[in-house]
Amino acid sequence: MKKNKTIPEQIWQFFCSARLAVYTLVILALTSIIGTVVLQNGAEEEYIEFYGHGWYNLIKAFDVDDMYHAWWFLGLIVILCVNIIVCSIERLSTTWKIIFPKKIIFNPDRFRKLKNLEIFPVKKTLLSLSLEVEKLLSKNVGPVLKEETGKSVILYAEKGRWTRMGVYVVHTSLILLLSGALIGSLFGFKANLNLDEGKTLDTAILVENKKPVKLGFSIRCNDFNVKFYDTGAPEEFKSNLTIIEDGKEILTEDILVNHPLTYKGINIFQSSYGSAPPDSVSLEIFGQQDKTALIRTVKIGEEFQLPDEETIFKLEGFLPHFDFNGHDLGQAFIGRIVEKDGKSFQIGLPLKFPTFDKMRKGSFAFVIKEAEQKHYTGLHITKDPGIWYVYAGFILMIIGCWVTFFMAHESYFIEIETTGELSSNLYVSGTSNRNSHGLKIKIRKMCHILKG
Amino acid sequence: MNSSFLLSSTTFIYALATVFYIGSFAFKKQTLSKAGFIVLVIGFLDNSAGIIMRWIESYEMGYGHAPFSNMYESLVFFSWTIAILYIFIELKYKESIIGLFVSPLVFLAIAYASFDPNTSSKISPLLPALKSNWLIAHVITCFLGYAGFAVSFGFSIMYFIKPRNPQSESIFAKLPSWELIDELTYQMVVFGFLFLTIGIITGAVWANSAWGKYWTWDPKETWSLITWLIYAIFMHLRIMRGWSGKSLAYISILGFLAVLFTYFGVNFLLSGLHSYA
Repeated sequence: MKKNKTIPEQIWQFFCSARLAVYTLVILALTSIIGTVVLQNGAEEEYIEFYGHGWYNLIKAFDVDDMYHAWWFLGLIVILCVNIIVCSIERLSTTWKIIFPKKIIFNPDRFRKLKNLEIFPVKKTLLSLSLEVEKLLSKNVGPVLKEETGKSVILYAEKGRWTRMGVYVVHTSLILLLSGALIGSLFGFKANLNLDEGKTLDTAILVENKKPVKLGFSIRCNDFNVKFYDTGAPEEFKSNLTIIEDGKEILTEDILVNHPLTYKGINIFQSSYGSAPPDSVSLEIFGQQDKTALIRTVKIGEEFQLPDEETIFKLEGFLPHFDFNGHDLGQAFIGRIVEKDGKSFQIGLPLKFPTFDKMRKGSFAFVIKEAEQKHYTGLHITKDPGIWYVYAGFILMIIGCWVTFFMAHESYFIEIETTGELSSNLYVSGTSNRNSHGLKIKIRKMCHILKG
Repeated sequence: MNSSFLLSSTTFIYALATVFYIGSFAFKKQTLSKAGFIVLVIGFLDNSAGIIMRWIESYEMGYGHAPFSNMYESLVFFSWTIAILYIFIELKYKESIIGLFVSPLVFLAIAYASFDPNTSSKISPLLPALKSNWLIAHVITCFLGYAGFAVSFGFSIMYFIKPRNPQSESIFAKLPSWELIDELTYQMVVFGFLFLTIGIITGAVWANSAWGKYWTWDPKETWSLITWLIYAIFMHLRIMRGWSGKSLAYISILGFLAVLFTYFGVNFLLSGLHSYA
């Protein structure tokens, strides 16, 4: 060992230790707890109220209010990644020679000394036993290597040398899915879009900074439905959407929670809903003098002449909270009456009290017959070009874990020694790079077959 | 015959199995543990029938979903997964004494489901977000993972009560060899780790198809990651740093505490997407 290492060598050494991996994992596990206890992405006042100013400054200094995106937390993940890559490069060069040897060799002395060695006599000749063993090994394990000396035959077979790659697959999968997450956060976006029924929009609002983002196409919400169970819990939200590009309707599809729509790499999810202002109302109009009623459907912004042919009614708008002498009467249409002398005044028509306008005792009374309850659909819109890396990472991780934990590089050694004309001694042992108990069971099974 | 009868009877059958295992150990009677195993298998069949009945009943009620949607159902399934895992181990390794450390866990999970007043056994309809085939894959794999960790926890306890001296007169001297305990603990951690990994992944894929984000640092997700990290540490310590025995058993116990917190603690103490389950 050289005593004086250059600085790059020292850095390399630092990152290729398994101890660093363990420490990083421990710190990641411990610090992850913080974010589950301290409120994340809350408002400043919430922290100050709960922790006081002193602690709030500390929280701010270390970004604990958004700790999973804080520089130090991401730094830990970077350290882990560098650690994994350096460790893998360092070890792979040795493992590679084991996995792809020029020639498979084995050391009989090593196998004779193994703890799981079983020795037993069999009343058969060397030749017949040797054939039998060869058949057994090639059937259950793999190609058999044979070494013959005058009085004995050694047979060796192995399988699963490649399974030593498993752990590298797991580590690669981690790097792959973390890079997928990075690609997603750099080149993708997450946005929300509230779309009233019947409306078309081509811009969503980014979640992180509330800035608008152009989608490159328009979405029209044709219809939104919500179903409830008898218990009152929501059963299903469904939006019927049409994608419009360059003025052409491209496709129309229903989306539900768990059934998003994807178009040109942009995913559209059903995430919430709410009530949208109705855009028209059906009114029953009572004249003061003749008492006859007239029914008319008016759109917001529309105006029409009343039966006296002098007064004009205009439907001006819709308010979610209509204030009447300091009382909130809830959702209401706002109308304006323009009299023949040009004088005009506003009236409120609350949905909750359809005959409210009769109390005004004006020359005409407006009663709400029907106002269609409209909804808006809450869409979550994402673009994530990293998702395929993440999914590839997921698949590799499962395969890698399976190979690493449930498969092994196993070698079997069987030596047959002649002890008489019709009798031989058998020596059976084996090695495995993991699960030595499982191997012991397999060796015993093999012995059981050979004993006949 | 309805599911709630089947599942409450399961609780008592598992209790009986536990009593047999304890009895076999205390009186050193092998026949008692054989009986314990048979009773445990009967309980397991009853448990399975109960889960299937509940599934059918949910269809009869018009909700039609797999019985994995709330705390009660998950606890019942937790018992089932520990039981099937243990039955497999006893059949493979033929060491009935370890049943002493596992059967109480099987019993406790289902007993908690039946007797905790806050746990409702009512079959309720599914929220829109839960209506997905990923629900079944996610729950089954997560609970197989939890079961692996629970069993490895049971084995880890043995490190602390088996006497060091092989000539010891203590009733705990009969426990399996150190080598086997070590092997079994590791095998169960590995099993749990694989399934927790798949469980987290299926959850992420599901979340991505339901909400458009595969990872949101929701407390349940974060705690499952913490659990995953602890067991990852366990394996690196064992394989790369050569840890074994008692010191490793501490990590396995710590890991199981993290499992318990992920499972119960998060629901009671922290809020998030999983607060319904």
